[in-house]
Order: sequence, then C-alpha cells, then structure tokens
Amino acid sequence: MALVFDIGIVSLLIAIGAWMIMARDTLVAVIIFVVYGLLMSIAWVRLSAVDVALTEAAIGSGITGMLLLSAAARLRQTEGAGARPSFPVCIAAGSLCALISAGLAGVVLLPADVAPTLAPLAVANLSDTGLENPVAGVLFAYRALDTLLEKVVLLLALLGVWSLGSDRAWGGAPALGAYVPPNDILVFFAQVLPPIGIVFAAYMTWTGASHPGGAFQGGTVLAVMWLLVMMAGVARAPPISSTKVRWLLVAGPALFLAVGFLGFVIAAGFLAYPVDYAKALIVLIEVALALSIGVTLALLAAGPPERTPQP
Amino acid sequence: MSSATLFGFCSAAIVGLGLFGLIVSPHPLRRILAFNLLGSGVFLFFGVVARRGAAAGLGADPVPQALVITGIVVAFSATALAVALVLRLFALTDEAAPTSEADPQAGAEGGHS
Repeated sequence: MALVFDIGIVSLLIAIGAWMIMARDTLVAVIIFVVYGLLMSIAWVRLSAVDVALTEAAIGSGITGMLLLSAAARLRQTEGAGARPSFPVCIAAGSLCALISAGLAGVVLLPADVAPTLAPLAVANLSDTGLENPVAGVLFAYRALDTLLEKVVLLLALLGVWSLGSDRAWGGAPALGAYVPPNDILVFFAQVLPPIGIVFAAYMTWTGASHPGGAFQGGTVLAVMWLLVMMAGVARAPPISSTKVRWLLVAGPALFLAVGFLGFVIAAGFLAYPVDYAKALIVLIEVALALSIGVTLALLAAGPPERTPQP
Repeated sequence: MSSATLFGFCSAAIVGLGLFGLIVSPHPLRRILAFNLLGSGVFLFFGVVARRGAAAGLGADPVPQALVITGIVVAFSATALAVALVLRLFALTDEAAPTSEADPQAGAEGGHS
C-alpha cells in the first residue's frame, strides 16, 4: 500500500516537473513550481526527513514561489523574448540529459554493500549537546561552522540584491505592495494571520531542539508573515538605511560568532559548547537566528530598494 | 523495490529534466526555475542517501538531512540574487529601448547573467 502511494507521488513529481519545463507561460510554470514544492515535501516525509519537509514547504515552495511569482508578473511583457533552440539542439540536449539521468539511476541501483551512515555517531554524542533532535544537533553542534557560514551567505546575497537598486533609490525602501491593488481580503488576512503566525514561529523555533522544526523553519514563517503585512500595505517596508533593520539582520550571525569565540574560553575551541550549558546556548542562538533569518528572507524576497529615500 | 530506490529514480529523472530546462529555456526566469528543479533533484538524491543510512533507531541519517536544509536556504538566496539581476537587466534594456518588447537580444544576454 505504501509503495503504491510512493509510486503515485513519484509519477506526479516527474510529470509536474516536465510540465513546468514545457509550459508556455512563465506565470503558469511558477504556479506549477509551487505545487511541485508541496508534493516534494510529501516525498521528504516519506523519506523520514520531516525537518527537510518543513524547510522545503516553507522555503523551497513558499517563499521562493512568492519571489518568482512577483518576478514573473513584472516580466509579463518580456514573455517570448528569445527563441527556443532549434529542434536538433533540443534533441542533443535531451539525449545528454537522459544520459545523465541514466547514470544517476545506475548509481541508485548499485548501492554500497554497507550504506555509509553517521547516524550512530550522531546519536551517541547527542546527549552532550542536550538536544533531542539529531538534525538540530548536526546543524548547531557537529557542523555549526556550516550553519554560521550559511548565515553569512544569506547576508551577502542580501547585499548583492540591495546593490542592484538604482543609485537614487539607495537607502530607500523596497517597492513591495506597489504591484498589488488594494484588496480587502488581503488586508483582512494581513491583520488576522500574523499573531497566529508569530506564535507558530516561536513554537517551531523552540521545539526544534527536540522535535522537527528549528530556527530556519521558524524564521521563514516570520518572514512570510512580515511579507504579508507589507504586501497588504498594513505596514510599509522599512528603508534599507534603517539602523534597526540592519541590527536585526546581523544580530543572529553576530551572536552565533560571539558564542563561537566564547568557546575558546569556556569550552574546547571555536564553536564548541560547554556540556552543562550547551542546550541553553544553542536555544539562545536559535532564537536570535530565527529573528535574523526572518528579516533577511523577507528583505531578500522584497527585492532591491526602489523608492527614493525621504530626507 | 524499496521506496528509497523509487525516490532515487525520481531524483535522477528530475535532475535530467532540470538540466534540460536549463539548456533549452529561452527566458532567464525559466532558467532560474529549471535551476531550482535541478537543485531539488540533487537534494532528493541526498534524501535517498540519508534514508539508506537509517541506523541507530533513526529513520534517516541526520547529516545529509542537515546538509539539504542548508542547501535549500542557500539555493533560495542564490535564486533571490538571480531574480534581482534579471529584473535589473530587463529594467535597463527597457530604458535603453522602450519599444522593444520582444527583443531577442535581451533573452540572449540574460542567459549569460
């Protein structure tokens, strides 16, 4: 029975992926992408990776879909720019890609005799971190450096996006909401949903230590709530020169880095935690990170500044 | 056939589809979409590796799972930067030639960005 369900999910994923590539209209392709992302999170649940399923639904489908939808709506006039390559080129590309797929399928069919796994090690040392969710353990203890650098990547991407605004808009606010006509339903949801969303985000961040969830997923929910409020025009997007916004952006990574250096003094080294306070420190970092991730993701989706700053 | 193998085949097919879209799509925004499809295929492949590494009472190896979570976030930031670049590119080409709606040059230039 479970296998029948999996076959259904897999065929839907492949069919929807192919449709997304073939669809004529870009807006349609983006909507298909959102549906694809939600199906993909079901696939992640089937692979026993609930943390990834939450991330995929929130970031991979939700906020990426929102970003691409607004971009597709703005680029409506450029539809049809450039022509598809000629038929022989498509055939050649198709056979090349089929070859790569076949190669990957071959790798899937010939698994190693003993599947490589770090699960026993991850579980054996988990009690030292005070966490119960092994994925959170990997993210914030074993591979904390990856997580720290990923936050830096987010900030660098935001700097890149900001620097793409025109010169006279520098220091101004992103023009979010200018493309959505005033709409009672949107305003209603922007007033009703955020309180629920904020509680949910706080719960997701808190529970991430022991159950699926965590700073990424909680931060994304925060980001989406803020975007909703800004798009409905309930609150204006902040100017990018705002000191408050900039502090919020760096608070999470800065605290993470500070705790990392503190590790030299109170623990074994950079990004190491003392066993007694490990969980407290990790939860503290997660809370700060969730706030920073929320602000960063929302501003990344809001795009470069477009309104000239008010003096 | 186990469901991990099934999802492995799915990831192989999605990587192929995404790569195909990346090569043949004329519009830069469609290439970004195809890039995301390709990425999600690679992530799913990781998921299969994680599922096969199930041990110690866990349903899947947590290390590839954590890598995929990091990957999804980084893919989003790359997508946001790419979308901003494409929007800026089209805004600049519009300023230069306000009447050229279906300018094939714009698509060709976008491909390189």
